[in-house]
Amino acid sequence: MSKESKKVLANHVLLPKTPTGITGLDQITGGGIPKGRPTLICGDAGCGKTLISLEFIVRGAMEFNEPGVFMAFEEKAEELEMNVASLGFDLKKLQDEKKIRLDHVHIERSEIEETGEYDLDGLFIRLGYAIDSIGAKRVVLDTIENLFSGLANQTILRAELRRLFHWLKEKGVTAIITGERGDGKLTRQGLEEYVSDCVILLDHRIINQISTRRLRVVKYRGSIHGTNEYPFLIDQEGISVLPVTSLFLDKEVSEKRIPSGITALDQMMGGKGFYRGSSVLVSGTAGTGKTSIAAYFASEACSRGERCLYFAFEESPRQIIRNMTSINLDLQPYVDKGLLEFHAARPTMYGLEMHLVNIYKSIKKFKPSVVILDPITNLVTVGSVSEVKGMLIRLIDFLQEEQITVMFTALTLNTAVTEQTDEGVSSLVDAWLLVRDIEYNGERNRGMYIMKSRGMKHSNQVREFVITDNGLDLVDVYLGPDGVLTGSAREAEILKEQTSKVIKTNAVSRKDREISRKRKVLEAKIASLQTEFESVEEELNKVYIEEQLKDEIMAKTLSEITNIRRSKAEEQETQIRKKK
Amino acid sequence: MGEEKEPKTWELRLYVAGKTQKSVDALNNLKKYCEEHLQGQYRIEVIDLLVNPQLAEGDQILAIPTLVRKFPEPIRKIIGDLSNEEKVLVGLNIRPA
Repeated sequence: MSKESKKVLANHVLLPKTPTGITGLDQITGGGIPKGRPTLICGDAGCGKTLISLEFIVRGAMEFNEPGVFMAFEEKAEELEMNVASLGFDLKKLQDEKKIRLDHVHIERSEIEETGEYDLDGLFIRLGYAIDSIGAKRVVLDTIENLFSGLANQTILRAELRRLFHWLKEKGVTAIITGERGDGKLTRQGLEEYVSDCVILLDHRIINQISTRRLRVVKYRGSIHGTNEYPFLIDQEGISVLPVTSLFLDKEVSEKRIPSGITALDQMMGGKGFYRGSSVLVSGTAGTGKTSIAAYFASEACSRGERCLYFAFEESPRQIIRNMTSINLDLQPYVDKGLLEFHAARPTMYGLEMHLVNIYKSIKKFKPSVVILDPITNLVTVGSVSEVKGMLIRLIDFLQEEQITVMFTALTLNTAVTEQTDEGVSSLVDAWLLVRDIEYNGERNRGMYIMKSRGMKHSNQVREFVITDNGLDLVDVYLGPDGVLTGSAREAEILKEQTSKVIKTNAVSRKDREISRKRKVLEAKIASLQTEFESVEEELNKVYIEEQLKDEIMAKTLSEITNIRRSKAEEQETQIRKKK
Repeated sequence: MGEEKEPKTWELRLYVAGKTQKSVDALNNLKKYCEEHLQGQYRIEVIDLLVNPQLAEGDQILAIPTLVRKFPEPIRKIIGDLSNEEKVLVGLNIRPA
């Protein structure tokens, strides 16, 4: 929130703002109401004008060190003190510390007689004195329109009011002026003519016997602001305004993944699970195990030592814990350790806004890393689909900002509509798991698939979702020639497959044996042929060697003969030479 | 009639803010009526809020000039320059309406 307001302030340095300190209001107005100028807050009786303006003064004194003057034209100081004591505001103490000043202006038509010209200098002096005595930076005039019922001369009154607002601006105080809503006008006396910088309209509507207060910034000169109607609440901690949607979509995102608690499901999502800070929707028809999935997710978070907040709108915490033990999941130790906290409330207990604020507050207090809402469907009983959607958008916004992973479960009544709506949140969530019944072969089984999972690879397969005594698991459904098979049909098919496998292996081994036998025969044949070949070869070799030997011997004899001849010839020659 | 029943002096307080024309007119008018109807039985106290601003809260002063009848009870207030004698006398309960 503070980041946003800083950003806005940086963009609009020209218009300094005074933070009201009221939860959410500063966010809508981008930092507060215009500093040193009057702001008009108007609305019907009982819509919280006095309280919102009083909180502005008290927060200013307590949190921003800006003393304030509260000039009440309706209630007495003591009444005011009593009214806000329940909110934990100690006006008496703040007055003693000179941080605030309450001044009750009493006007009674019957006590006042008017004759001739007058002005409202008395009021100016009184207000000026109150401001100066504590160095006030904030002023509230509640409800200044009461002057109109106390004084008859409207001409003087209007001129004086104009002068008053001008004077307030000159004083440099940030002022809130409240006014009753009039017919077709923002205020009965047309105060909006005088206060034109910032106008905030409060509204109190009752729809389906549930009342909702709303706030709208009608006008804010020189600043951007949220123009929607924002629901707000008055509870024991003052006023909380809930921006329907944040003005910006610039949240931090995490790369970290957290497991779902069901290993097979994680595997369908690349083996790692959901992104931290993402929103997950689990939807399905009745009895498909949505709560079980949620409980597994919760227990997984707790086993990592993280905190988990579980909002149950249907079952009581004990009921959930008992039911989960039947699927081998014991949540009680986590509850005892303070890691898991249940908040159970019937949706009809109060309006959507109150639910949302309760959720906000519990989250702020408990600081969980995982939040579960089970189921969101029941909220429709207290609001229309679009209202529930609006609420969930705000919740998701808030949770994303806090980096909290949220899991919603939603009941779908009609499978045909399922894929479209689901309270209209299916388009908002980051991951959507769908659990559905598959009716086949005289039984009902559960099939689960991931409809979407933003930013990660995920399986496109339908898995059979089984709930056993040992917990949850996902098994591959059997895709046979007859279509998808689940439950006992799947078991039967698997059995059939196993049988045929045994038979097949048997057949294969017989064939193997035959082949080995054939090989042996072949090998024997090869051996005998080889022996035959060897004897033939030997025969052939014998002739060849003989020939060779013969040749050798012949050559030897021939050379000997030659030698002998040559020696004889030499002898003859020597004899001849001697004769000569 | 009324003044005969009241033996004590009337306490009247006139709130002004500086010496404006309206304040001066109011004081002059008041003195004139008192002399006529309450001779010797009245006391007028003029409070200038510019000097004593803290006094404005006590008597619930909004408009200037304001005439407050502190006594006899109940407290009555008349705002304006008191130019209409009839209204002032009725307002102060000097003359019954």
